[in-house]
Amino acid sequence: MATLPERARIVVIGAGIVGNSMAYHLAKQGWKDILLLEKGTLPNPGGSTGHASNFIFLTDHSKEMAAFTIDSANQYRELGVYHECGGIEVARTPERMEELKRRVASSISWGVEGIRLLSPAEVKAMVPFIDETVILGGFYTPGVGVVDSLQAGTLMRQAAMDLGALTIAAGVEVTGVDTRDGRVTGVRTDQGNVEAEIVVIACGIWSPRIAKMAGASIPLTPAVHQMIDIGPVPQFATAKSEVDYPIVRDMDTNMYERQHGNGFEIGSYAHRAILMDPDDIPSIEASALSPTMLPFTQDDFDPQLEDALELFPEIVGDESVGVKLAINGLLSLTPDGNPIIGETPEVKGLWSVAAIWIKEAPGIAKTVAEWMTHGTPEIDPHGSDIARFYDHHKTQQHIAARTTEGFNKTYGIVHPMEQWESNRPIRLSPAYDRHVELKARFFEAAGWERPFWYGANEALLGEYGERVMPRAAEWESRWWSPIINAEHLAMRDRAGLVDLSAFAIFDVSGPRACAALERLCVNRVDVAPGRTVYTPLLNPAGGILADLTIMRLRHDLFRVVTGGGLGMRDRKIFADAMPADGSAQLHDVTNAFTTFGLWGPRARDILGAASDGSTDISHAGMPFLSSRSVDIDGVRTLASRISYVGELGWEIYVPIEQGLRVWDALWRAGLPHGMAAVGIGTYAVTARLEKGYRAHGAELELDFNLVEAGMARPSLKDADFVGRAAYEKQRSTDPVAVLCTLTLDDPTSKSGVRRYMLGREPILDLEGRRIVDARGRGSYVTSAGSGPSVGKHLLMAYLPPRHAKVGEQLLVEYFGEHYPVSVAVAGATPLFDPENARIRS
Amino acid sequence: MSGPILVFVEHASGEADRVSLETLAFARGLASSLGGVAVEALLIGPGAELGPSLGAHGVATAHVVEDAAIAGVYAPGAWGAALASLATARGAAAVLAPGSDRGAEVLAHAAARLGLPSAANVLSVIPGDPWRLTRQRWAGSLLEDATLDGPMRLLSVAPHAVPVDERPGSPAAAIAQFSPSVSAADLAVRVTGHEAPAAGSVSLSDAKVVVGGGRGVGSAAAFSELEELADLLGGAVGVSRVVTSNGWRPHTQQVGQTGQRIAPDLYIACGISGAIQHIVGCKAAKRILAINTDPESPIMSVADFAVIGDLHAVLPAISAEIRRRRGHGQ
Amino acid sequence: MNVLVCVKRVPQTGGRIVLTTDGQEIDTKFLGFTVSPHEECAVEEAVRIVEAGGGSSTVLTLGPGAAEDQLRDAMALGIDRAILLETDGSEWDPVSTAAAIAEAIRADEAARGAYDVVLFGNESADAGGFQVGIRVAVALGRPVVTGLKGLEIGEGRLTARREAPSGGWETYDLALPAVVGVKEGINLPRYPSVPGRLRAKKKEIERVPVGAASGGPAAAAGAALGPSMVVLRLPEEQRSEAEVIGRGADAAPAVVDLLEKIGVLGS
Repeated sequence: MATLPERARIVVIGAGIVGNSMAYHLAKQGWKDILLLEKGTLPNPGGSTGHASNFIFLTDHSKEMAAFTIDSANQYRELGVYHECGGIEVARTPERMEELKRRVASSISWGVEGIRLLSPAEVKAMVPFIDETVILGGFYTPGVGVVDSLQAGTLMRQAAMDLGALTIAAGVEVTGVDTRDGRVTGVRTDQGNVEAEIVVIACGIWSPRIAKMAGASIPLTPAVHQMIDIGPVPQFATAKSEVDYPIVRDMDTNMYERQHGNGFEIGSYAHRAILMDPDDIPSIEASALSPTMLPFTQDDFDPQLEDALELFPEIVGDESVGVKLAINGLLSLTPDGNPIIGETPEVKGLWSVAAIWIKEAPGIAKTVAEWMTHGTPEIDPHGSDIARFYDHHKTQQHIAARTTEGFNKTYGIVHPMEQWESNRPIRLSPAYDRHVELKARFFEAAGWERPFWYGANEALLGEYGERVMPRAAEWESRWWSPIINAEHLAMRDRAGLVDLSAFAIFDVSGPRACAALERLCVNRVDVAPGRTVYTPLLNPAGGILADLTIMRLRHDLFRVVTGGGLGMRDRKIFADAMPADGSAQLHDVTNAFTTFGLWGPRARDILGAASDGSTDISHAGMPFLSSRSVDIDGVRTLASRISYVGELGWEIYVPIEQGLRVWDALWRAGLPHGMAAVGIGTYAVTARLEKGYRAHGAELELDFNLVEAGMARPSLKDADFVGRAAYEKQRSTDPVAVLCTLTLDDPTSKSGVRRYMLGREPILDLEGRRIVDARGRGSYVTSAGSGPSVGKHLLMAYLPPRHAKVGEQLLVEYFGEHYPVSVAVAGATPLFDPENARIRS
Repeated sequence: MSGPILVFVEHASGEADRVSLETLAFARGLASSLGGVAVEALLIGPGAELGPSLGAHGVATAHVVEDAAIAGVYAPGAWGAALASLATARGAAAVLAPGSDRGAEVLAHAAARLGLPSAANVLSVIPGDPWRLTRQRWAGSLLEDATLDGPMRLLSVAPHAVPVDERPGSPAAAIAQFSPSVSAADLAVRVTGHEAPAAGSVSLSDAKVVVGGGRGVGSAAAFSELEELADLLGGAVGVSRVVTSNGWRPHTQQVGQTGQRIAPDLYIACGISGAIQHIVGCKAAKRILAINTDPESPIMSVADFAVIGDLHAVLPAISAEIRRRRGHGQ
Repeated sequence: MNVLVCVKRVPQTGGRIVLTTDGQEIDTKFLGFTVSPHEECAVEEAVRIVEAGGGSSTVLTLGPGAAEDQLRDAMALGIDRAILLETDGSEWDPVSTAAAIAEAIRADEAARGAYDVVLFGNESADAGGFQVGIRVAVALGRPVVTGLKGLEIGEGRLTARREAPSGGWETYDLALPAVVGVKEGINLPRYPSVPGRLRAKKKEIERVPVGAASGGPAAAAGAALGPSMVVLRLPEEQRSEAEVIGRGADAAPAVVDLLEKIGVLGS
């Protein structure tokens, strides 16, 4: 038995695949004095790792998850515990066959190699025991494999010990996490207390319980995944290895099947979502198998048995083949389906590495170790950042609703714009009732109900005819309406009023506020009060962390406005940058202000009519990138002359309880000018694409820099800021990729239907080959959407300089076909109104 | 004063078996708490020599059934009927049997014939109204406090519930011949044949040494190292579930919850982490030696001895050492 | 050949049994249910008897409605039909259990003909009373033998085999119809096949309310005498720590010394 030290630099709690990977990567990053605590016994402590089916499919539509997975597979390969057997996703329906083509495209985008579509006969040739008449085809990935996750864990622990970095204590239960002044100070266990600077929660389904001990929140729920193991299968009697045949994912039935020695494993995500309370998980001793292997609930699985029988009648229908093991295995589900990693926003030094599958664990652990050590993860973890959650996301109700809804999407055909249905509405704009009256189609962002377009604007369709770029294909028409493009055109022609309530807003105040922000921001924020600054934030490696606007309201008061999606993560970035002495402080005023956008050629007329005239809103009186208080119908608002749509206009910040009054005043003032209510479909997609405006999470991510993104300004401010050294280096060398705007030259598919890409598709050269830049990054569509004012479907993509030339002809792969595209802009010049005359009018 | 406590005593070759002697000790204690009632024994089969010696175990009278028709071979129904009729004849306050296969069977037959309840694997009794007793459930993983009432209490005593209580110098037990009337139907079920254990082959259940292999063995081929040691020790190879599900060994060798339960003198657990499903199959081993790379693995909390190390290095070394010593001995 | 096998639904316990706070039962919140390994073998034996000699097999249990799961498990393995003597879920003592089963067998036999063999597991996994099979046999006036690890059905007779107390094996010869109690080791029970599972799901289960559930007396005569459970408790835990006698191949001499000391080194 290991004896427990009194202190350690880092305590990692949990020795499943995640904790072992963490210990390994922290040691590789040079950390010493790491203590790995495990309540259970090694090598299989009884968590989800112990019953995992251990296979790794590499494809994911999410770039982040694919990157974690591909990196993990490579790490397993290096450890010698990866057995490559290939994998096939099969389709029973035409819709699924189309989805497989989309998965092929995502695979190419993220660099998964050797993939191809298979005919039923080709599937049969690789998996002789399948009934190929049940399927329409398959998608084969040679790099799919099976990992011995327990052995991997053992090897990683050993490697960390060989580096002299790791102490392991198994059979030790954490009973408390101590904090002082918002910082973790150690853990309590049933065998004594350990002081620590950093505590890493790698406890899988138990993570919420441990986090709660410190007053932090890890919003995941344990849920059941059913799995049976049948055998011995006569066909596998001569199996040469644990898995000789490709693993099959029967996507339409939410199931997977794989050979496992002489057995055959059948797993399902098709059954009802069966959630558990973390406090309801049995102890190791009291479990029949393990705490995460619960009694099988046969009734839930019976329909899946029928599906398995249909696809594999030779094996599953063999009377001599028995059900050897059947379990309800527990795994972690999160409200948005992504892992939960990073330092908790509640407690400094307390890190979460949770809700992670075998397939991504080592990659995520490497990312977290890099992040913790230097703040520079190679893979951008923003989609998994624990700081992304708003408070309502952390409620039991939300977790239960979204995980229940999300469970059956595990193998689902999920449209990139697909909306959640459960636990809505949560956050309502003061103008919500007006949106309802205008027949808004609501999309959710950060819990807010945001009009994506307004049904009441249908009349505009007649006005603009074919200019709304109607779509014939069902896929692109889903979660879309031509009304979006009509609203776009109406805004460009006259004016549009946009509800921007989802913004996250923080006030930073105090004598050191300016200095603290200056240290964080690339662009100078030490400007005159009344000025508005747009600025990116970088990480120390010069990767793009965020982009946002900051208004200087007084010498010692700044208002930060950022997108709602990562608003809470951005809040943590700013909060972490506040000096410890309190000389600058952050106050989250998101819920104090609502924001309306008023843009278009008539915007000044409308604001002039709505306001009382006490503020000079002329171009001279209120130039671009300035803010003033403007009184509208007796409400004192803050108007900032800024635009994400490329038009004259303002973002107007209104005390939230007076928001409806201001909306109504603007509405009344706008009607005579033909103003339309304009949805986010225009704001976030069409208008910005025409203007070449970059979006975080699409064009702006850690793996790109400002030079590549075309956002480097001619001069550099004097003050130091995070990432400056790296940025200076980037500025002095030629970029290996350039962000370009491309146009779709011919949307006509082989079947004659016009098709329009939605984003994340691979860009290929004219020979159909993947384009890769000098840093090994593939070119893919970062954003795509209609450009109604330019009459083209627009795409953005980073291209290597050899292709980043105006007029360069390339291809985009979309649902198995190649479409011609050409580079319209290399760099940041807008396609629409290149001189920015409209904004500055 | 109530009637005597009657104890069914199993015996062979002129000796009472150990669990029967424990049962007599249990009866002695019970008799004393009942105010000093007599303990009487039922011996079926030649018992004239054994009977008197039971006095040292507290028996006042040994009732001996010598009628070859009943006593010649074991006949569970007939023996149960004999016990029932003797208990009735003696007005016994309690009827006790050892918690062995035969003891349980004979007692159940007696209880069924008497139309009375009986309690199995009792650990202790407090007489009273009703009697309070503690008995084993789940093969001893759980205890039950229960009450038992009736004109006559029938119970079997769990093995090792109390130690044998032999007091040399006690008066010899009196011998009473007992000739029960037993129906032909009761005599119909009886031992009709005997087989000696097959020579040579060592079955898992009989093996004195079992060399067990788990996930840590790593492959089907690597089991030769376990077989070699088992052969040297005249033992057998057993395996954990993961081994059979990997197809490395046949299911007949599986030890544990879904396999066999074994009770060798020594179980050598090689590369077995010690999942409870496996432990239940081997915990009856007198001693367990674990060979495992991981000192934290759960097998360590059930093992008596451990070697920390890779079984692929340790096992061949043990086999070589055995051969070396034997070579020197010749 | 007409074969009946009787089973009992019991929780599938883990390493440490957890009791409800009142100590009246095992906390089954996290547990599945099964039958004892002996009964698994009895079911397998019943299936094999019918596979070998034709006829029909029936599985019977006395227990709560949920015991249907165990009946379906048995049918998934090849048992033809199932009878559930449905109780209100309370625990039944052996006397009442045996009486109800014997009565159910009489009734079923009156309707469908006699069972040639009635199989029990040697003892239940939970209560371990070692008596229900024998009580049923005595009630039905049929020959019975328990502890079996071998069974062969002949013409009007069965030959049974069990381990002798002094080692080796002893055999019994019983006229049919007969009752037997079998032990694990008599066979290697098969796993249910998927088609078996799916067939079992669709089969009817004959439900017969018994005891209080039937409106009749809760227990058989004599059962009032007990044994009646008062409370359950866990035995004191014994946890040892292994004595490390060596590391790696260097441990070999110490291991062989140990083998010698224990007396298993032989020659």
